[in-house]
Amino acid sequence: MKHSAFFWFVLPSAIAMLLFIFFPIVSVVIQSVHVAHEQVIVEVENCGPFGCTTATAIDQEATAALRAEQPLGRFAGLEIYKDRNHLAVTQVGQLWDQSTGIGDFIGKLMNLPFYKALGFTLTYTFVVTPLTILFGFVIAVAVNSAARVLRGPLIFFSLLPNIVTPLIGGLILFWMVDARGVIGTALRWLADDPSLSVKADTGLMWIMLMVYGVWHSAPFAFIVYYAGLQTVNTDTLEAARIDGASRWQQIRHVVIPHLLPLTTFIALIQLMDNFRVFEPIISFNASAHATSLSWAIYNDLGGETQQLTSAAATSVLTVIGVAILLSPVLVRTYRSYGKA
Amino acid sequence: MNLRNILMTGSFLVAAGASTAMAADCGIDGGRLSIIGNEFPAIQTVARNAQDCDGLSEAKANLTADHQTINLAGMQGDPAEYTTAIVANSSIVALINEDVIRPLDDLVSAHGQDIPKNQLITINGQVMAVAFMANAQHLVYRKDILEQIGMEPPKTYEDMLAAAEKIRAEGILEYPLGGAYAAGWNLAQEFVNMYIGNGGQFYEPGTAQVSINNEAGVATLEMLKSLSAYMNPDFLTHDSNATSAEWEAGNVALMNMWGSRTGVLMDAEGSTPEVYENTTVAGPMTVAGGDTPASTLWWDGWTVAKNISDADAEATFKAMKHGISPAILNDETMGQAVWMIDGYQPAPVNQGVFSAISAGTTPYPMLPHHGLLHTALGDNIADFLQGKESAEQTLSDIEDAYMTAAREKGFVN
Repeated sequence: MKHSAFFWFVLPSAIAMLLFIFFPIVSVVIQSVHVAHEQVIVEVENCGPFGCTTATAIDQEATAALRAEQPLGRFAGLEIYKDRNHLAVTQVGQLWDQSTGIGDFIGKLMNLPFYKALGFTLTYTFVVTPLTILFGFVIAVAVNSAARVLRGPLIFFSLLPNIVTPLIGGLILFWMVDARGVIGTALRWLADDPSLSVKADTGLMWIMLMVYGVWHSAPFAFIVYYAGLQTVNTDTLEAARIDGASRWQQIRHVVIPHLLPLTTFIALIQLMDNFRVFEPIISFNASAHATSLSWAIYNDLGGETQQLTSAAATSVLTVIGVAILLSPVLVRTYRSYGKA
Repeated sequence: MNLRNILMTGSFLVAAGASTAMAADCGIDGGRLSIIGNEFPAIQTVARNAQDCDGLSEAKANLTADHQTINLAGMQGDPAEYTTAIVANSSIVALINEDVIRPLDDLVSAHGQDIPKNQLITINGQVMAVAFMANAQHLVYRKDILEQIGMEPPKTYEDMLAAAEKIRAEGILEYPLGGAYAAGWNLAQEFVNMYIGNGGQFYEPGTAQVSINNEAGVATLEMLKSLSAYMNPDFLTHDSNATSAEWEAGNVALMNMWGSRTGVLMDAEGSTPEVYENTTVAGPMTVAGGDTPASTLWWDGWTVAKNISDADAEATFKAMKHGISPAILNDETMGQAVWMIDGYQPAPVNQGVFSAISAGTTPYPMLPHHGLLHTALGDNIADFLQGKESAEQTLSDIEDAYMTAAREKGFVN
């Protein structure tokens, strides 16, 4: 392709990426290094139906002047990144000095909001991603070997969890695991413990969130693998069968090597998605037990006083986290393309 | 006290007109009305009646439980998307902080002379909002169960614990207490109530420096934990809606609940006669021998956006004034809230809020930085209630989280 043709070919998507991906990220980064002006507080008398009280309020005229002077707010550099609600540099140092061992240190670290969120986010990512791939693969192989008439309906039902809106899917499961719900009651009966409650126990809540995660995203892995299975070379399979390969040996030596590039693709997408785990925490009302980085951003913006800088800093840290997480897979892909 | 008198006087007046489902003449000649507000029956009534006004060039309302996450963004543009926000005494602060609502003095003197003075919310001498209803959290109890154990409705949280123990000991209910203890805003609100009841001060006088790591703070957390021991183990996931559902299912005998939600508990829908006929309200409880009820007073009212034309502001003002006029009261709307409107006749369901007012309950703090503390409380209290850490550790975590946020927002250095 000529250079000029290539240029015109990619221009529309390049502009779209610049406008909708690059510039917003730049604006988030800029936001994250600026904090609000020092508030000019005045004492005021507030009156209403319950009488008058003396309170404080922000002096709007003085604030307007400050804003006109510095529209972005005060420049804070990396201060917000280092504060207690994010990387907590000082506090981590202190904890390290006070801790008796690595276990003790990690326990205390989990008391800091950012590390607490990171702890759950990473656990979720590294448990849900492999399980999604595994279940997706198993379902794909199973559906692929079903009778042709059954495949259509089977595919539809297998895809349902992914079609259902995450919030709705989460809510359905939330009510099912309720102490009086169908799964909650079944669990009590199985464990023979009448006080067992998934929603009251941090460990069980984590498991529930991860079960939900696998349930929700396994169909995605399934449909990708199922498409891949249609391209498996039937000659090779037949040759393997003639050589006396068992069904497992056919899968192990023919199907899995063929589907490996797809696995890289699914792993990339799932790592990214799972690192941004958010909806189940909201629909399970689980924030007492588990928080994630995305939840932290939402929480900063959802309070009565919005903390834009804090949310921006967490967003930037999330982007960095995704980049770190994806780097091994990306390096691997890059190398294998280099070889080809 | 003052409010109660006015409301009682109001109850003897006859409502000015019959219900107005039809278009109403509000003296409007063009202009926009766009409402953003919370979603519960009383607000729906106000919004519907305001939209019924003749002569508006545009009349729409966006009522949602997530109103406070979008009202600010929707009023910062010029012209603002929303010409009025229906707010409460906590959520008005965010709008004032960002200077998106206008003082109403001119509009009140030109078009609102008949609005009773006690409905006008003034800040630093300027009218910023017009209140139309009062709200508070107070005791809700099951008359039949208390009779069964032979106890009076509790006046203090200590009595409530004793009653809960007795109900459990007699095998009537395993988890006799309820409460909106969902981690986040709800749980923080329970702390605010109890801390005020314990006589605590949130800040060092005259500053935004938080100071809750003290005896009152520890006592507050200990009381919340003692109460939670008598609640459904899932209490950290129960918001007001889930708690109401527990109540209607007949699983709860005593709880501290919002006045605006008791109407739903006492109507015949969604429950059995055994539950709704025995559901009774009383005033808020005190704690630790204090005189101040462990609760907060709230008003709901409307504001007018700053970034809109004067014509739109005038139309919005007139329409909203009609939305809270005595004409909106009828059999259906009367019990929806403790209205501050002339002609309102209190029902038994509203007795809890009246008791809260007459018992001298403290209004929820209207301070520019208090929203940050509320968020910090909601994020950290659950750790203590789950037994993960000591009360002192939790309080110190809350203080640290608040101070970090307050530094970012420029309230402290």
